[in-house]
Amino acid sequence: MPWTRDDIAARAARELQDGFYVNLGIGMPTLVANHVPDGMTVWLQSENGLLGMGPFPADADVDADLINAGKQTVTAVDGASFFGSHESFAMIRGGHINLAILGAMEISQEGDIANWMIPGKLVKGMGGAMDLVAGVQRVVVMMDHCNKKGAPKLIPECTLPLTGRHCIDMLITDLGVLEMNTEARRFELIELAPGVTVDDVLERTTAEVLVAESVTAH
Amino acid sequence: MFRKSFSTAAKALDGLVQDGMLIASGGFGLCGIPEQLILALRDSGAKDLTVVSNNAGVDDWGMGLLLQTRQVKKMVSSYVGENAEFERQFLGGELELEFTPQGTLAERLRAGGAGIAAFYTRTGAGTVVADGKETRVFDGHEHILEAGIRADLALVKAWKGDEAGNLIYRQTARNFNPAVAMSGTVTIAEVEELVPTGTLDPDQVHTPGIFVDRIVQTVSEKRIENRTVSPA
Repeated sequence: MPWTRDDIAARAARELQDGFYVNLGIGMPTLVANHVPDGMTVWLQSENGLLGMGPFPADADVDADLINAGKQTVTAVDGASFFGSHESFAMIRGGHINLAILGAMEISQEGDIANWMIPGKLVKGMGGAMDLVAGVQRVVVMMDHCNKKGAPKLIPECTLPLTGRHCIDMLITDLGVLEMNTEARRFELIELAPGVTVDDVLERTTAEVLVAESVTAH
Repeated sequence: MFRKSFSTAAKALDGLVQDGMLIASGGFGLCGIPEQLILALRDSGAKDLTVVSNNAGVDDWGMGLLLQTRQVKKMVSSYVGENAEFERQFLGGELELEFTPQGTLAERLRAGGAGIAAFYTRTGAGTVVADGKETRVFDGHEHILEAGIRADLALVKAWKGDEAGNLIYRQTARNFNPAVAMSGTVTIAEVEELVPTGTLDPDQVHTPGIFVDRIVQTVSEKRIENRTVSPA
Protein backbone atom coordinates (compact mmCIF):
# COMPACT_ATOMS: atom_id res chain seq x y z
CA MET A 1 0.00 0.00 0.00
CA PRO A 2 1.43 3.42 -0.89
CA TRP A 3 2.48 5.70 1.90
CA THR A 4 0.09 8.31 3.29
CA ARG A 5 1.17 11.92 3.67
CA ASP A 6 1.98 11.16 7.28
CA ASP A 7 4.02 8.10 6.28
CA ILE A 8 5.97 10.25 3.82
CA ALA A 9 6.62 12.76 6.60
CA ALA A 10 7.76 9.99 8.93
CA ARG A 11 10.17 8.71 6.27
CA ALA A 12 11.47 12.23 5.67
CA ALA A 13 12.05 12.59 9.43
CA ARG A 14 14.56 9.73 9.18
CA GLU A 15 16.81 12.14 7.26
CA LEU A 16 17.07 14.31 10.40
CA GLN A 17 20.14 14.07 12.61
CA ASP A 18 20.71 15.21 16.17
CA GLY A 19 21.68 18.89 16.23
CA PHE A 20 20.52 19.61 12.67
CA TYR A 21 19.32 23.03 11.55
CA VAL A 22 16.35 22.39 9.26
CA ASN A 23 14.00 24.43 7.11
CA LEU A 24 10.61 22.85 6.39
CA GLY A 25 8.66 24.17 3.42
CA ILE A 26 5.05 25.29 3.59
CA GLY A 27 2.42 22.52 3.29
CA MET A 28 3.15 18.79 3.58
CA PRO A 29 6.77 19.26 4.81
CA THR A 30 5.49 20.90 8.02
CA LEU A 31 4.21 17.42 9.02
CA VAL A 32 7.83 16.33 9.48
CA ALA A 33 7.94 18.35 12.72
CA ASN A 34 5.53 15.80 14.24
CA HIS A 35 8.02 12.98 13.65
CA VAL A 36 11.21 14.28 15.26
CA PRO A 37 12.39 11.35 17.41
CA ASP A 38 12.31 11.77 21.19
CA GLY A 39 15.63 12.90 22.54
CA MET A 40 16.77 14.40 19.23
CA THR A 41 17.46 18.13 19.04
CA VAL A 42 16.40 19.66 15.73
CA TRP A 43 16.34 23.43 15.27
CA LEU A 44 13.59 24.47 12.88
CA GLN A 45 14.40 27.61 10.92
CA SER A 46 11.65 29.87 9.64
CA GLU A 47 13.07 32.14 6.95
CA ASN A 48 11.22 35.21 8.17
CA GLY A 49 13.71 35.35 11.02
CA LEU A 50 13.34 32.60 13.62
CA LEU A 51 15.65 29.74 14.55
CA GLY A 52 14.02 27.40 17.06
CA MET A 53 10.41 27.43 15.90
CA GLY A 54 7.96 25.70 18.24
CA PRO A 55 4.38 24.49 17.86
CA PHE A 56 1.34 26.67 17.30
CA PRO A 57 0.47 28.70 20.41
CA ALA A 58 -2.41 28.24 22.81
CA ASP A 59 -5.16 30.73 22.05
CA ALA A 60 -4.12 33.00 24.93
CA ASP A 61 -0.50 33.08 23.76
CA VAL A 62 -1.09 34.23 20.17
CA ASP A 63 1.31 37.09 19.34
CA ALA A 64 1.09 39.11 16.13
CA ASP A 65 4.87 39.58 16.20
CA LEU A 66 5.63 35.85 16.17
CA ILE A 67 4.78 34.11 12.92
CA ASN A 68 6.29 31.53 10.57
CA ALA A 69 7.00 31.78 6.85
CA GLY A 70 3.40 30.72 6.15
CA LYS A 71 2.29 33.77 8.18
CA GLN A 72 0.83 31.45 10.83
CA THR A 73 1.17 32.36 14.49
CA VAL A 74 3.78 30.12 16.15
CA THR A 75 5.94 29.89 19.28
CA ALA A 76 9.68 29.92 19.91
CA VAL A 77 11.42 27.13 21.85
CA ASP A 78 14.02 27.59 24.59
CA GLY A 79 17.27 28.49 22.88
CA ALA A 80 15.55 30.18 19.93
CA SER A 81 16.84 33.33 18.28
CA PHE A 82 15.35 36.10 16.15
CA PHE A 83 17.14 37.95 13.35
CA GLY A 84 16.58 39.98 10.22
CA SER A 85 15.77 38.54 6.79
CA HIS A 86 19.25 39.38 5.47
CA GLU A 87 20.79 37.32 8.27
CA SER A 88 18.21 34.56 7.87
CA PHE A 89 19.13 34.17 4.23
CA ALA A 90 22.83 34.32 5.09
CA MET A 91 22.11 31.10 7.01
CA ILE A 92 20.32 29.64 3.99
CA ARG A 93 22.49 30.92 1.14
CA GLY A 94 25.70 30.55 3.11
CA GLY A 95 25.21 26.80 3.45
CA HIS A 96 24.67 26.84 7.22
CA ILE A 97 21.31 25.05 7.15
CA ASN A 98 21.84 21.28 7.13
CA LEU A 99 18.60 20.21 5.50
CA ALA A 100 15.61 21.64 3.68
CA ILE A 101 12.49 19.55 3.09
CA LEU A 102 10.26 20.99 0.39
CA GLY A 103 7.28 20.15 -1.78
CA ALA A 104 7.41 20.18 -5.58
CA MET A 105 5.21 20.24 -8.68
CA GLU A 106 7.83 18.64 -10.94
CA ILE A 107 11.27 17.08 -10.52
CA SER A 108 13.52 16.34 -13.49
CA GLN A 109 15.70 13.27 -13.82
CA GLU A 110 18.79 15.43 -13.22
CA GLY A 111 17.43 16.86 -9.98
CA ASP A 112 15.95 20.12 -11.22
CA ILE A 113 12.91 21.34 -9.30
CA ALA A 114 9.86 23.37 -10.32
CA ASN A 115 7.64 24.40 -7.44
CA TRP A 116 6.74 28.08 -7.74
CA MET A 117 4.91 28.93 -10.93
CA ILE A 118 2.27 27.50 -13.25
CA PRO A 119 2.07 29.45 -16.53
CA GLY A 120 -1.38 30.83 -17.17
CA LYS A 121 -2.24 30.84 -13.50
CA LEU A 122 -1.63 33.71 -11.14
CA VAL A 123 2.01 33.86 -10.23
CA LYS A 124 2.30 34.26 -6.50
CA GLY A 125 6.08 34.39 -6.36
CA MET A 126 8.98 32.19 -5.38
CA GLY A 127 9.33 33.52 -1.85
CA GLY A 128 12.44 31.89 -0.38
CA ALA A 129 12.29 28.67 -2.42
CA MET A 130 15.05 29.59 -4.90
CA ASP A 131 17.35 30.57 -2.05
CA LEU A 132 16.68 27.33 -0.19
CA VAL A 133 17.35 25.00 -3.11
CA ALA A 134 20.49 26.92 -4.09
CA GLY A 135 22.01 27.29 -0.65
CA VAL A 136 21.02 24.56 1.80
CA GLN A 137 23.47 21.67 2.26
CA ARG A 138 20.96 18.93 1.42
CA VAL A 139 17.54 19.30 -0.19
CA VAL A 140 14.90 16.60 0.20
CA VAL A 141 11.60 16.77 -1.68
CA MET A 142 8.44 15.08 -0.47
CA MET A 143 5.53 14.87 -2.90
CA ASP A 144 2.94 12.58 -4.42
CA HIS A 145 4.52 10.50 -7.15
CA CYS A 146 1.86 11.59 -9.65
CA ASN A 147 -0.25 14.73 -9.84
CA LYS A 148 -4.00 14.84 -9.27
CA LYS A 149 -4.61 13.86 -12.90
CA GLY A 150 -2.39 10.81 -12.48
CA ALA A 151 0.48 12.17 -14.56
CA PRO A 152 4.05 11.51 -13.40
CA LYS A 153 5.85 14.35 -11.60
CA LEU A 154 9.32 12.77 -11.91
CA ILE A 155 9.95 13.50 -15.56
CA PRO A 156 12.86 13.87 -18.01
CA GLU A 157 12.78 17.70 -18.08
CA CYS A 158 10.62 20.05 -16.07
CA THR A 159 7.92 21.71 -18.16
CA LEU A 160 7.20 24.38 -15.54
CA PRO A 161 9.59 27.28 -14.83
CA LEU A 162 12.45 26.07 -12.64
CA THR A 163 13.10 26.93 -9.02
CA GLY A 164 16.62 25.54 -9.29
CA ARG A 165 18.85 23.23 -11.32
CA HIS A 166 20.65 20.10 -10.15
CA CYS A 167 19.76 20.78 -6.55
CA ILE A 168 17.58 17.92 -5.28
CA ASP A 169 19.37 15.22 -3.26
CA MET A 170 16.48 12.96 -2.34
CA LEU A 171 12.89 12.42 -3.38
CA ILE A 172 10.33 10.80 -1.06
CA THR A 173 6.94 10.00 -2.59
CA ASP A 174 3.96 7.86 -1.69
CA LEU A 175 5.63 5.02 -3.63
CA GLY A 176 9.14 5.08 -2.22
CA VAL A 177 12.48 6.85 -1.90
CA LEU A 178 14.86 7.91 -4.67
CA GLU A 179 18.30 9.30 -4.00
CA MET A 180 20.38 11.35 -6.44
CA ASN A 181 23.35 9.43 -7.76
CA THR A 182 25.58 12.40 -8.50
CA GLU A 183 27.98 10.44 -10.71
CA ALA A 184 25.23 9.20 -13.00
CA ARG A 185 23.21 12.43 -12.41
CA ARG A 186 20.09 10.27 -12.12
CA PHE A 187 17.85 9.36 -9.22
CA GLU A 188 18.24 5.84 -7.87
CA LEU A 189 15.29 4.00 -6.38
CA ILE A 190 16.46 2.85 -2.95
CA GLU A 191 13.26 2.06 -1.02
CA LEU A 192 9.69 1.06 -1.75
CA ALA A 193 6.54 1.68 0.24
CA PRO A 194 4.90 -1.54 1.52
CA GLY A 195 3.31 -3.54 -1.28
CA VAL A 196 4.71 -1.27 -3.99
CA THR A 197 6.87 -2.91 -6.65
CA VAL A 198 9.72 -1.55 -8.72
CA ASP A 199 7.45 -1.82 -11.76
CA ASP A 200 4.76 0.22 -9.99
CA VAL A 201 7.29 3.04 -9.60
CA LEU A 202 8.71 2.77 -13.11
CA GLU A 203 5.24 2.74 -14.68
CA ARG A 204 4.51 6.05 -12.95
CA THR A 205 7.86 7.66 -13.79
CA THR A 206 8.84 9.06 -17.19
CA ALA A 207 12.28 10.15 -15.96
CA GLU A 208 15.20 7.82 -16.51
CA VAL A 209 15.98 6.37 -13.09
CA LEU A 210 18.34 3.77 -11.64
CA VAL A 211 17.16 0.95 -9.41
CA ALA A 212 19.39 -0.02 -6.50
CA GLU A 213 20.06 -3.76 -6.21
CA SER A 214 19.26 -3.53 -2.54
CA VAL A 215 15.82 -2.02 -3.04
CA THR A 216 13.39 -3.77 -0.75
CA ALA A 217 9.97 -3.10 0.67
CA HIS A 218 9.87 -1.35 4.03
CA MET B 1 18.33 71.23 18.92
CA PHE B 2 18.20 68.79 16.01
CA ARG B 3 15.31 66.42 16.52
CA LYS B 4 14.44 63.23 14.68
CA SER B 5 11.10 62.65 16.34
CA PHE B 6 7.78 63.74 14.89
CA SER B 7 4.37 63.71 16.53
CA THR B 8 2.41 61.95 13.76
CA ALA B 9 3.12 59.68 10.82
CA ALA B 10 1.86 62.38 8.43
CA LYS B 11 4.29 64.93 9.87
CA ALA B 12 7.13 62.42 9.71
CA LEU B 13 6.46 62.02 5.97
CA ASP B 14 6.00 65.74 5.33
CA GLY B 15 8.27 67.13 2.62
CA LEU B 16 9.79 63.77 1.73
CA VAL B 17 7.26 62.21 -0.63
CA GLN B 18 7.32 62.72 -4.39
CA ASP B 19 5.57 61.08 -7.31
CA GLY B 20 7.59 58.35 -8.99
CA MET B 21 9.92 57.67 -6.10
CA LEU B 22 11.32 54.29 -5.07
CA ILE B 23 10.06 53.38 -1.61
CA ALA B 24 11.28 50.36 0.38
CA SER B 25 9.15 49.00 3.19
CA GLY B 26 9.88 46.52 5.96
CA GLY B 27 7.59 43.70 6.99
CA PHE B 28 6.82 40.07 6.23
CA GLY B 29 3.17 39.47 5.46
CA LEU B 30 1.42 41.86 7.83
CA CYS B 31 4.04 41.28 10.55
CA GLY B 32 6.34 44.21 11.27
CA ILE B 33 4.94 46.48 8.56
CA PRO B 34 5.11 50.26 9.03
CA GLU B 35 1.34 50.33 8.99
CA GLN B 36 0.71 53.91 10.08
CA LEU B 37 3.36 55.29 7.71
CA ILE B 38 1.72 53.37 4.87
CA LEU B 39 -1.62 54.98 5.76
CA ALA B 40 0.06 58.38 5.77
CA LEU B 41 1.73 57.61 2.45
CA ARG B 42 -1.67 56.76 1.00
CA ASP B 43 -3.09 60.01 2.31
CA SER B 44 -0.17 61.95 0.80
CA GLY B 45 -1.60 61.11 -2.63
CA ALA B 46 1.83 60.34 -4.11
CA LYS B 47 1.54 58.26 -7.26
CA ASP B 48 3.56 56.24 -9.79
CA LEU B 49 5.49 54.75 -6.90
CA THR B 50 7.87 51.83 -7.17
CA VAL B 51 7.50 49.85 -3.96
CA VAL B 52 10.08 47.35 -2.74
CA SER B 53 8.41 45.12 -0.18
CA ASN B 54 8.63 41.38 0.36
CA ASN B 55 4.83 41.10 0.15
CA ALA B 56 2.02 43.32 -1.08
CA GLY B 57 -0.14 43.23 2.02
CA VAL B 58 -3.77 42.16 1.81
CA ASP B 59 -6.60 43.96 0.02
CA ASP B 60 -7.44 46.33 2.86
CA TRP B 61 -4.23 46.58 4.89
CA GLY B 62 -0.55 47.23 4.43
CA MET B 63 0.67 47.85 0.89
CA GLY B 64 -2.70 46.66 -0.38
CA LEU B 65 -4.03 50.09 0.56
CA LEU B 66 -1.74 51.77 -1.97
CA LEU B 67 -2.83 49.31 -4.64
CA GLN B 68 -6.49 50.09 -4.01
CA THR B 69 -5.81 53.76 -4.68
CA ARG B 70 -3.58 52.94 -7.67
CA GLN B 71 -0.62 54.83 -6.31
CA VAL B 72 1.78 52.00 -7.17
CA LYS B 73 3.29 51.68 -10.64
CA LYS B 74 5.58 48.77 -9.86
CA MET B 75 6.15 46.26 -7.07
CA VAL B 76 9.43 44.49 -6.31
CA SER B 77 8.51 41.49 -4.15
CA SER B 78 9.18 37.81 -3.55
CA TYR B 79 5.61 36.71 -2.85
CA VAL B 80 2.28 38.44 -3.47
CA GLY B 81 -0.19 35.57 -3.10
CA GLU B 82 -2.37 37.16 -0.45
CA ASN B 83 -3.77 40.04 -2.44
CA ALA B 84 -6.69 39.77 -4.88
CA GLU B 85 -6.52 43.43 -5.96
CA PHE B 86 -2.87 42.89 -6.83
CA GLU B 87 -3.89 39.95 -9.00
CA ARG B 88 -6.55 41.98 -10.77
CA GLN B 89 -4.26 44.92 -11.55
CA PHE B 90 -1.34 42.71 -12.56
CA LEU B 91 -3.40 40.55 -14.91
CA GLY B 92 -4.98 43.73 -16.32
CA GLY B 93 -1.53 45.10 -17.16
CA GLU B 94 -1.98 48.06 -14.82
CA LEU B 95 0.81 47.07 -12.47
CA GLU B 96 4.42 46.09 -13.13
CA LEU B 97 5.94 43.35 -11.05
CA GLU B 98 9.54 42.32 -10.50
CA PHE B 99 9.81 39.01 -8.67
CA THR B 100 12.99 38.73 -6.66
CA PRO B 101 13.87 35.67 -4.56
CA GLN B 102 13.40 36.50 -0.90
CA GLY B 103 17.04 36.12 0.11
CA THR B 104 18.17 38.07 -2.95
CA LEU B 105 15.71 40.83 -2.04
CA ALA B 106 17.02 41.06 1.53
CA GLU B 107 20.60 41.08 0.32
CA ARG B 108 19.88 43.65 -2.42
CA LEU B 109 18.54 46.01 0.24
CA ARG B 110 21.42 45.32 2.63
CA ALA B 111 23.96 45.72 -0.17
CA GLY B 112 22.39 48.96 -1.40
CA GLY B 113 22.61 50.37 2.08
CA ALA B 114 26.18 49.15 2.49
CA GLY B 115 27.47 50.70 -0.72
CA ILE B 116 27.75 47.38 -2.54
CA ALA B 117 26.59 48.06 -6.11
CA ALA B 118 25.97 44.40 -6.95
CA PHE B 119 26.84 40.87 -5.86
CA TYR B 120 26.97 37.34 -7.26
CA THR B 121 24.67 34.66 -5.90
CA ARG B 122 23.76 31.09 -6.83
CA THR B 123 20.10 31.79 -6.09
CA GLY B 124 18.08 31.83 -9.31
CA ALA B 125 20.86 30.54 -11.57
CA GLY B 126 19.37 28.56 -14.44
CA THR B 127 15.88 30.01 -13.84
CA VAL B 128 13.89 32.90 -15.28
CA VAL B 129 15.36 35.08 -12.53
CA ALA B 130 18.68 34.88 -14.37
CA ASP B 131 17.25 36.21 -17.64
CA GLY B 132 19.20 39.23 -18.82
CA LYS B 133 21.67 39.09 -15.93
CA GLU B 134 25.41 38.59 -16.06
CA THR B 135 26.57 35.16 -14.93
CA ARG B 136 29.91 33.91 -13.70
CA VAL B 137 31.16 30.56 -12.44
CA PHE B 138 32.68 30.38 -8.96
CA ASP B 139 33.81 27.03 -7.52
CA GLY B 140 32.15 25.22 -10.39
CA HIS B 141 28.73 26.76 -9.78
CA GLU B 142 26.96 29.34 -11.90
CA HIS B 143 26.20 32.58 -10.09
CA ILE B 144 24.13 35.54 -11.25
CA LEU B 145 24.82 39.22 -10.71
CA GLU B 146 22.16 41.00 -8.66
CA ALA B 147 22.10 44.76 -8.11
CA GLY B 148 21.86 46.46 -4.75
CA ILE B 149 18.79 48.58 -4.04
CA ARG B 150 19.09 52.13 -2.81
CA ALA B 151 15.65 53.46 -1.93
CA ASP B 152 14.68 57.13 -2.16
CA LEU B 153 12.65 56.59 0.97
CA ALA B 154 12.62 53.68 3.41
CA LEU B 155 9.80 52.96 5.86
CA VAL B 156 10.35 50.63 8.80
CA LYS B 157 8.57 49.44 11.90
CA ALA B 158 10.28 48.76 15.22
CA TRP B 159 9.22 47.97 18.77
CA LYS B 160 11.25 50.57 20.61
CA GLY B 161 13.24 53.54 19.44
CA ASP B 162 14.81 56.67 20.85
CA GLU B 163 15.35 60.27 19.76
CA ALA B 164 18.79 59.28 18.43
CA GLY B 165 17.04 56.92 16.00
CA ASN B 166 18.26 53.68 17.57
CA LEU B 167 15.83 50.82 17.02
CA ILE B 168 15.00 47.55 18.72
CA TYR B 169 12.69 45.11 16.97
CA ARG B 170 10.53 42.44 18.56
CA GLN B 171 10.53 38.74 17.60
CA THR B 172 9.80 38.01 13.93
CA ALA B 173 8.56 41.57 13.37
CA ARG B 174 12.23 42.35 12.68
CA ASN B 175 12.31 40.54 9.30
CA PHE B 176 13.17 42.97 6.45
CA ASN B 177 13.23 46.09 8.62
CA PRO B 178 16.98 46.29 9.40
CA ALA B 179 17.98 45.85 5.74
CA VAL B 180 15.28 48.28 4.57
CA ALA B 181 16.44 50.87 7.13
CA MET B 182 19.95 50.68 5.69
CA SER B 183 18.72 50.97 2.10
CA GLY B 184 17.05 54.35 2.50
CA THR B 185 18.50 57.63 1.32
CA VAL B 186 16.00 58.86 3.89
CA THR B 187 14.60 56.40 6.43
CA ILE B 188 11.56 56.87 8.66
CA ALA B 189 10.85 54.52 11.56
CA GLU B 190 7.54 54.06 13.29
CA VAL B 191 7.83 52.61 16.79
CA GLU B 192 5.44 51.36 19.39
CA GLU B 193 7.39 53.08 22.12
CA LEU B 194 9.60 56.15 21.76
CA VAL B 195 11.84 56.21 24.82
CA PRO B 196 14.21 58.92 26.10
CA THR B 197 17.70 58.81 24.64
CA GLY B 198 19.96 56.90 26.99
CA THR B 199 17.40 54.37 28.14
CA LEU B 200 18.04 51.77 25.42
CA ASP B 201 20.96 49.49 26.25
CA PRO B 202 23.49 50.13 23.44
CA ASP B 203 24.34 46.42 23.45
CA GLN B 204 20.73 45.61 22.54
CA VAL B 205 20.28 48.07 19.66
CA HIS B 206 19.48 46.29 16.37
CA THR B 207 19.54 49.28 14.01
CA PRO B 208 21.95 52.08 14.98
CA GLY B 209 20.48 55.57 14.78
CA ILE B 210 22.67 56.62 11.85
CA PHE B 211 20.32 54.66 9.57
CA VAL B 212 17.21 56.45 10.83
CA ASP B 213 16.42 60.05 9.87
CA ARG B 214 12.97 60.44 11.36
CA ILE B 215 11.08 58.55 14.02
CA VAL B 216 7.46 58.58 15.14
CA GLN B 217 5.58 56.78 17.87
CA THR B 218 2.32 55.26 16.66
CA VAL B 219 -0.42 52.99 17.90
CA SER B 220 -0.22 49.78 15.87
CA GLU B 221 -3.15 47.56 15.03
CA LYS B 222 -0.80 44.66 14.34
CA ARG B 223 -3.27 42.60 12.36
CA ILE B 224 -2.78 38.84 12.22
CA GLU B 225 -2.95 37.31 8.76
CA ASN B 226 -3.22 33.64 9.65
CA ARG B 227 -4.14 33.05 13.27
CA THR B 228 -3.25 29.43 14.05
CA VAL B 229 -3.51 27.83 17.48
CA SER B 230 -2.79 24.43 18.98
CA PRO B 231 -5.75 22.15 19.57
CA ALA B 232 -6.93 22.86 23.12
